[in-house]
Amino acid sequence: MTSAAPRPGAHVVVCVGPGGVGKTTTAAALALRGARAGLRACVVTIDPARRLADALGIGEVGNEPHRVEAPSGSEIPGELWAVMLDAQSTFDDLVSRYATGPDQATTILANPVYQNISAALSGTQEYMAVEKLYELQESGAFDLIVVDTPPAQHALDFLEAPKHLARLLDNRVFRLLMTPTRAGLRALELGAQLMLRTIAKVAGGQVVADTIGFFTQFEGMEEGFRARARRAEEVLHSELTSFVLVCSPRRDTVDEALYLVTQMSGSGAEATTVVVNRCYPSYAALPSATADALAGTRLSPLVVNLEQLSAVASMQESQLARIASALPKATLLRVPFLSRDVADLGSLAEVADFLA
Amino acid sequence: MGPLTFLTQARVLIVTGKGGVGKTTVSGVVANLAVRNGLRAMVVQIGAPGARHEPEAAQLSRLYGQEEALGYEAVLLDANEEGGEVAARALWPDTALVEYLHRHGMRRLSRRLVSSGALDVVATAVPGMPDVLLLGKVKQMERAAAAGQPDAADLIVLDAPAAGHAVRFLQSPHGVADAAGGGPVRQQAEEVVEMLSDPSRCQVLLVTTPEETPVSETVETANLIESTVGTKLCAVVVNARLPVLDLPASLRPAELARAAVAAGTKLSAAELESLVAAGRVRSQRQEAQAAQVARLASELPLPQLELPFCFGSELGPDELELLTDALEAAVTGPAEVAR
Repeated sequence: MTSAAPRPGAHVVVCVGPGGVGKTTTAAALALRGARAGLRACVVTIDPARRLADALGIGEVGNEPHRVEAPSGSEIPGELWAVMLDAQSTFDDLVSRYATGPDQATTILANPVYQNISAALSGTQEYMAVEKLYELQESGAFDLIVVDTPPAQHALDFLEAPKHLARLLDNRVFRLLMTPTRAGLRALELGAQLMLRTIAKVAGGQVVADTIGFFTQFEGMEEGFRARARRAEEVLHSELTSFVLVCSPRRDTVDEALYLVTQMSGSGAEATTVVVNRCYPSYAALPSATADALAGTRLSPLVVNLEQLSAVASMQESQLARIASALPKATLLRVPFLSRDVADLGSLAEVADFLA
Repeated sequence: MGPLTFLTQARVLIVTGKGGVGKTTVSGVVANLAVRNGLRAMVVQIGAPGARHEPEAAQLSRLYGQEEALGYEAVLLDANEEGGEVAARALWPDTALVEYLHRHGMRRLSRRLVSSGALDVVATAVPGMPDVLLLGKVKQMERAAAAGQPDAADLIVLDAPAAGHAVRFLQSPHGVADAAGGGPVRQQAEEVVEMLSDPSRCQVLLVTTPEETPVSETVETANLIESTVGTKLCAVVVNARLPVLDLPASLRPAELARAAVAAGTKLSAAELESLVAAGRVRSQRQEAQAAQVARLASELPLPQLELPFCFGSELGPDELELLTDALEAAVTGPAEVAR
């Protein structure tokens, strides 16, 4: 990553993991770590908690990278940027870019089916996150891009995201829907007509009309979209991209994390780093004679506490061991339970220290 | 209020909260409280579109000492002599679509429609449609319960998607009722909206942990559900709260050493350090949690039901009983008193 060598493109770090384990905070801290090491780093967040968004100064503005200024007194040798993904406007930009003319873009942007796809279709957010990542990568403005992903169930959608639209376009039913303009409705095979009628029966005729409208309007843009999706996919699978698994040392989140590891390996991705948030420290135990002697004294609650926290710590170690055996080559980084959420760059820096 | 009042205030209890706060555990605990009171509970889990999500599907079974992941067919997890029982099943959008088509006389086409990916098409055109089909299935179970059908459950516990998705999930029927131009789906959506708006049929049980971000997001979710969905919120479960220990005000090693000598024993430097360090962590965590519980009470005027953090190795039948005791005490006690 030295500036002497020709820059082949930004390093990309994708954070994956179950929900509620502090993935967004970890992503931001990793970007800060990069910035402190002199890199131009950008974090792409998807749904940050309000205080983290405020800490990064992205509470209001969205979708364009925003420079996060270091508070006076602290120095960041590189640059820290943050962007909060706005899936809808990212998609709109993409349509405008690949439209054959302004008319086509306007018609598509107004189509109710397009609006559904861009605003609410599951997978769209993931697809647009990859798109944003690709856009930032291509811009050449950054050395490091850290991407946050939606929680576990959807993280695979993220890896598969570039294929998502292509898959929609390749869907047999969609192809049939697009046939009418080419060959006329009469040429539509009987089976397809039956299917269209069934869809109309279930969801209403307007839905079918709007869908046909969307796909006919979309004609001519497909190739651009497809090619871009292919390039974005290449970025995800390139050597410059690495994956960080974020979890907490609890049985259920570790289950989810290991499930993800298995699924990811199916997509050819492997986490090289595991960040375990919310770790409790381990303590030396008291001899049982001492503990017994203290029972009933005012030190008794402290003894009970030590036993309880030690039970948590030993549970935690057995969960961490499961991760270590599933990912023997990965670096395991522990972040302790923080008493406060990250609310400013100072507290984000504390997290970054644990990731060093 | 009493457990029975709590359990019978609505036939469907939708359990939701931010990811990782313990929605599935709370769903299992509510169902277990129902069994204790001689009711038949059915836990319904919403599966991710397309794939079976194994870790989550097995979590509930494990709470009841079983290993098998939930599937579309209901499995019996527990039953007692008083006629109480817990069954659980998972629902997926595509299976809900097939069932829907069967019920509407389109049996012949259903398999082909689903395998050809037509669900993708329909879901693309009407994004809320899979949600409507899922909630429609829940509504059908609720109607069976209302009609007192012999094999119907008394209480349906819906282990709903995580908070952000849950709001969208519950908003979908409103959107579809407004957008879908006629057709059976629109009618289905309207019927689901009716169920969601009737507090005797359906209420929401929020789940949070006493931590900052989950509390903030719970308050947001509560406001969104109230303003955009209109389903009644019955209570908020504060899950995994550390039991409050009466720790000594001062954690000065010298004082602790003296207290040990007074008790007729001696603490080594390492033991003192352990006690002090663990004590500091605990008192910080206790204070932070108390502050979040208080903030939740001031920002969200709902009864709080507290469940303790379990120190054991993992959640199984023992923890289930312990948590059910806590829920029973919480719904019996003066739940309105917020600390």
